[in-house]
Amino acid sequence: MLKQAKLILEDGSEYHGTSFGYEGSVAGEMVFNTAMTGYPESLSDPSYRGQILVTTFPLIGNYGVPGDRKEDDLFRYFESDKIQLSGFVVSDYTDDFSHWNASLSLSDWMKEHQIPGIYGIDTRALTKKLRTNGSMKAKIVVNDQDVAFIDPNSRHLVSEVSTKEVKTYGNGKHKVLLLDCGCKNNIIRCLLKRDTTVIRVPYDYDFTNDDYDGLFLSNGPGDPKLNVKAIDHVKTALSQDKPIMGICLGTQLMALAAGADTYKLKYGHRSHNQPALLKGTKRCFITSQNHGYAIDTDTLPSDWEVLFENANDNTCEGIKHKTKPFFSSQFHPEASSGPTDTEFLFDDFIGMMEEYKG
Amino acid sequence: MTHNIKKVLVLGSGALKIGEAGEFDYSGSQALKAMKEEGIKTVLINPNVATVQTSKGIADEIYFLPVTPYFVEQVILKEKPDGILLAFGGQTALNCGIELFNAGTLEKYNLKVLGTPIETIIKTEDREIFANELRKIDVKTPNSVAVESIDAALEAAGKLGFPIIVRAAFTLGGQGSGFCNNMDELRVLAENALSYSSQILVEESLKGWKEVEYEVVRDAYDNCITVCNMENFDPLGIHTGESIVIAPSQTLTNSEYHKLRSLALKIIRHLGVVGECNVQYALDPNSEDYRVIEVNARLSRSSALASKATGYPLAFVAAKLGLGYALQDLKNAVTKVTTACFEPALDYVVCKIPRWDLNKFEGVTKEIGSSMKSVGEVMAIGRNFEEAIQKGLRMIGQGMHGFVGNDNAKFDDIDKELSHPTDMRIFAVAQALEKGYSINQIHDLTAIDKWFLSKLENISKLKWKLKKCNQLASLDTDLFRKSKVYGFSDFQIARFVLKPKDGNMESELLQVRNARKKLGIIPVVKQIDTLAAEYPAQTNYLYLTYSGCENDVVYEHDNKSVIVLGSGAYRIGSSVEFDWCSVNALSGVKKEGYRSVMINYNPETVSTDYDVCDRLYFDELSFERVLDIIDLEQPKGVIVSVGGQIPNNLAMRLHEAKVKVLGTSPENIDRAENRKTFSDMLDNLGVDQPRWAELSSLEAIQTFIDEVDFPVLIRPSYVLSGAAMNVVSNKNELEHFLNLATKVSKQYPVVVSEFIQQAKEIEFDGVAKDGIVLIDAISEHVEFAGVHSGDATLVFPPQKLYFETIRRIRKIAGEIAKSLNITGPFNMQLLAKDNDIKVIECNVRASRSFPFVSKVMNYNFVELAAKAMLNGIIPTQMPSMFELENIGVKASQFSFSRLSKADPVLGVDMASTGEVGCIGPDYYDAILKSMLSVGYRIPKKSILISSGPIRSKIELLQSTQMLQEKGYKIYGTRGTAKFLSDNDVEIEAVAWPDEEGEKTALDLIRSKEVDFVINIPKNLSENELFNDYQIRRAAIDLNVPLVTNARLASAFIYSFCKKSLETLDINSYNHYVS
Repeated sequence: MLKQAKLILEDGSEYHGTSFGYEGSVAGEMVFNTAMTGYPESLSDPSYRGQILVTTFPLIGNYGVPGDRKEDDLFRYFESDKIQLSGFVVSDYTDDFSHWNASLSLSDWMKEHQIPGIYGIDTRALTKKLRTNGSMKAKIVVNDQDVAFIDPNSRHLVSEVSTKEVKTYGNGKHKVLLLDCGCKNNIIRCLLKRDTTVIRVPYDYDFTNDDYDGLFLSNGPGDPKLNVKAIDHVKTALSQDKPIMGICLGTQLMALAAGADTYKLKYGHRSHNQPALLKGTKRCFITSQNHGYAIDTDTLPSDWEVLFENANDNTCEGIKHKTKPFFSSQFHPEASSGPTDTEFLFDDFIGMMEEYKG
Repeated sequence: MTHNIKKVLVLGSGALKIGEAGEFDYSGSQALKAMKEEGIKTVLINPNVATVQTSKGIADEIYFLPVTPYFVEQVILKEKPDGILLAFGGQTALNCGIELFNAGTLEKYNLKVLGTPIETIIKTEDREIFANELRKIDVKTPNSVAVESIDAALEAAGKLGFPIIVRAAFTLGGQGSGFCNNMDELRVLAENALSYSSQILVEESLKGWKEVEYEVVRDAYDNCITVCNMENFDPLGIHTGESIVIAPSQTLTNSEYHKLRSLALKIIRHLGVVGECNVQYALDPNSEDYRVIEVNARLSRSSALASKATGYPLAFVAAKLGLGYALQDLKNAVTKVTTACFEPALDYVVCKIPRWDLNKFEGVTKEIGSSMKSVGEVMAIGRNFEEAIQKGLRMIGQGMHGFVGNDNAKFDDIDKELSHPTDMRIFAVAQALEKGYSINQIHDLTAIDKWFLSKLENISKLKWKLKKCNQLASLDTDLFRKSKVYGFSDFQIARFVLKPKDGNMESELLQVRNARKKLGIIPVVKQIDTLAAEYPAQTNYLYLTYSGCENDVVYEHDNKSVIVLGSGAYRIGSSVEFDWCSVNALSGVKKEGYRSVMINYNPETVSTDYDVCDRLYFDELSFERVLDIIDLEQPKGVIVSVGGQIPNNLAMRLHEAKVKVLGTSPENIDRAENRKTFSDMLDNLGVDQPRWAELSSLEAIQTFIDEVDFPVLIRPSYVLSGAAMNVVSNKNELEHFLNLATKVSKQYPVVVSEFIQQAKEIEFDGVAKDGIVLIDAISEHVEFAGVHSGDATLVFPPQKLYFETIRRIRKIAGEIAKSLNITGPFNMQLLAKDNDIKVIECNVRASRSFPFVSKVMNYNFVELAAKAMLNGIIPTQMPSMFELENIGVKASQFSFSRLSKADPVLGVDMASTGEVGCIGPDYYDAILKSMLSVGYRIPKKSILISSGPIRSKIELLQSTQMLQEKGYKIYGTRGTAKFLSDNDVEIEAVAWPDEEGEKTALDLIRSKEVDFVINIPKNLSENELFNDYQIRRAAIDLNVPLVTNARLASAFIYSFCKKSLETLDINSYNHYVS
């Protein structure tokens, strides 16, 4: 039997729909994503921690959810070990999935992970509201069990998603120290494909005296400034010469460690179609993005420069050090989900390690 | 941005044909607009007179000439352009470009090919080179062997194993392609395919795989984007032009989507495309294995669809990239602030459905497959699949009400219908679901992905829920709303809930409408904005949906909106000419200071380009949806007279719903439409008409025929373009045909009219205001009456009419205009024999010939009509056709080669798919240019004639004498040979196809000993003699020019005997009209 549910925003507006997934109420920060594919990847992306996601593409559930096969000790088809976001809002959900690689329906997967969803919502109207008002606090209410609004950004979300222990993957020739602030599995896969050993460490781990060839700063959720310890450790790394690459939250940590500032975007970039211009060239790349914060380029120290810039709103899409092998992208070169056009940045990172090692 | 191009030549695609239709008017218009914006002078070669791109103000110079190397070179000599665009005129332009390149013409005149280099185009067109290129970058193509003979094809098939698919290289729309299960089938297909192309491909069959396409763009700096991907509802095996297509793909995971996407980028980078390109894949439904099926390095039907599906103007951007712009230098046409270097995010789905007209052809096979037969398409937008597909199935316009609720779609053998797809397959799926077939069963029979089937089952299930209810008052509100969300029309709901008996359901329909409005179940309007609401859109590109709670548009309600109803899917009888009319009506509306609002759903058109109007509703032209939009817009009025028969048929219903219809009053439109009232009016005016009667019994018909004598014309009343209309010459034919006609329409009795032979047919086009004719154009048919006016060859101004005839036609037109109090466009068809004039019909709307006469006269009839309808100031000075110094000839394009087994004969039912119009200083110049434009070639050596009845033998006598003087070798079938040699024409008799042991007419065609065939049908019946059919079909299948009308054959022969290519006048449109 179909169960009614409500989506309530902090401004009091209510949207009525039907419950799917877990039948429970939840609160979080409401954000939208305009990608047209990849809901299993998005739902398991740690950067969505604490958020209720509305997807603007209306038809969801079509190809079900793949099984939990593992490869290199990582779930082959997911970006982390579980569903990370708090709630999922869609327009048209289908339980009748069809795909050779599907094991269960999206709804059943969400039930398994106790994540509620709501469908039958005018997701375009909702998105326009978020675009106008900025990201908002929201809640999905099922069975009239009301819950209080919460602001997940006041929590230290990174600590909720980071690994609790040091883990090593692969056995390649380049030793990469991966600072896990909520790392997507595909970052590790992209590194392992390139003859590396990946040492995954917790977000607050002091790696400054460890032995590695390159440092990788992962993506992750929430306000970057809350990661005081990590910023401190990166600051130390910046004083050295070992290559560093950062993605998303990682790029913000790099900027903060370098002395620049970050700010919260009105409604963020969450999509598969963001153009990132390589500064000083005619090359523009289509990128996958998921971030709510950005680097304030005016505050970049003089030995740093903008590497990529968003061709739509000119926000910072990556920075690099003018002389040292440190660079980062605000977008996701590891994709998954989204376009894979900038995966070559991993090659650049490997090249830097090779050069560093002579 | 710097480039040094000052003048560019753009090649158009010529007449609309199956596989190459209106989409190239759209892409060409966009390219011309892009050039204009850069200050580059443009020269367009396109004989298609009905297009928007050949209108004034779009290109600087227009040449209504065939898109062939000879004529293009003449234009190059005259215009001296420094660049050429080949990618915007379909396969026609591309092939012509390759020929020009191979002949060294481009180099000789130092013409720079803008955009994708010609070497790249050649790589994509030659399948073997193409496969080799992809192999170099480890991209998979189907295992295939390129061969150039039948024997080699058989050998290749032996190696690959059956089933296999045969494809011809260098053709459009899969011409000459097909599946073969054994050597015999292969032999037949290979022979046919080799007649189109010197090279054919024998390939592994991937039947049942998913078919997925990507539209890819690359600039000169190696930036690449995919603008849209699309998934076929029908799995591989059915040509993408014959498939229902959904965008974006629905059953692909992120990994599959991006695997194919990145392959597409890899391919176009390797090939070096600059501009737009289409990549087609086969994707294994059980793994991520794939094959690249095809790459089109040009704008295509799919790219037009992708542009409309996303709001991303592919052709415009591609043209700019050809000038050296980087993608990010260009702005997103919708937001105006973000860059064009992005990939559109859709927050809706679109569904494309082909429109077939197979019923119009005698003998054609209804099965669909790897070769294209559809003549048009529709695109439906929805926020779920159920809504989009149901909208789309209604838009097709063949009497269907959606996926369910169609009385006229019943199949005896569902399994066969599912496994051997025809144009009706989706309705067979509906019936199968109805009969309780499981999704698995249907999937096994069709290989259609179960996701699509489960969505269709949702519709079917909902229908049963509705059927359980017997009155609107007891219909559950949620169920009511849900059925609207799933795309049910008020008609469907009325049929399932109210269950009225057959007949007019108007009152039930309105009951449903009122009930749902009372419950607040009304659609909302949403924008197509390319970024799924991420950025505020300036767009006026809209659709309606029930999946939503909020409108994107704030309405002014200032009485300043004027809605123009468009023409819907291109089909035989209604095509690009009504798009031209619609676009010009919009500009007329704007010029009068009103907000122009368009409703149309044909993705191939210019009228559905959101740039041409203030608001575009890409939605249904159904009574229900038009009323929905009127509720939102509250317009000043609606224009129903420029979009052909679909809007015209809405006039009275809108009027009854208290909607202001602009122009001639709907009552008067109805008076002209209704045979009886129109006839009474003519009688009152003392205007003659062929005798006719509306009859409902065979006895009554017989009595009538005793009076007027055979032949008679029979048709069901109130049908466009004479569907199922036919001429019968004897009692047998009469009885046979009546069975067919009554099957078409039970509601309306049969109309029988006297058929006048050897009569001239005349078209009258005019614009009137308050019953006074403001401007008129009279054109004559080359063929005698009996050939549908849409198939006939038109001459304007008329060359062979008596002045007295013209004077009397004008008088009649004036009386009719006055009597119907016409304001706006109207058209009449008349017969003239000696000075005896009879009116056949009058349409109080713009006609097919409006763009042709407007262009030849250099006066825009439609803009004038809009002005008249909006009560604007009418200029006092009007041009007159008597002052024209040049002659226009409109000729028809047939697509019989696509319609396997169809008899390529012309009759009272329309068969042509397109038209051209050429202008010349004299009659023969214009005739020859127009005939060459629709694919005829001046014969080089010999001609085969079967001249049919004695009348046409006499008609052809003089022209065959001319052929003889010119030194042509003439062959004739027995009767023809005897007649001509009796009249001193040297002719060699050949045997009929069924006479064995001799050299037959068929042998001559097969061996290509003749390069022109004249075959005149013996009588007007459709049951043609087997022999004649064989000759005609062989000519079509082996690509030998064929004429089946004696008058036209004669006109053509005179033209090429009096003129040669070299003596044809090469001048621009501006030259002819200034």
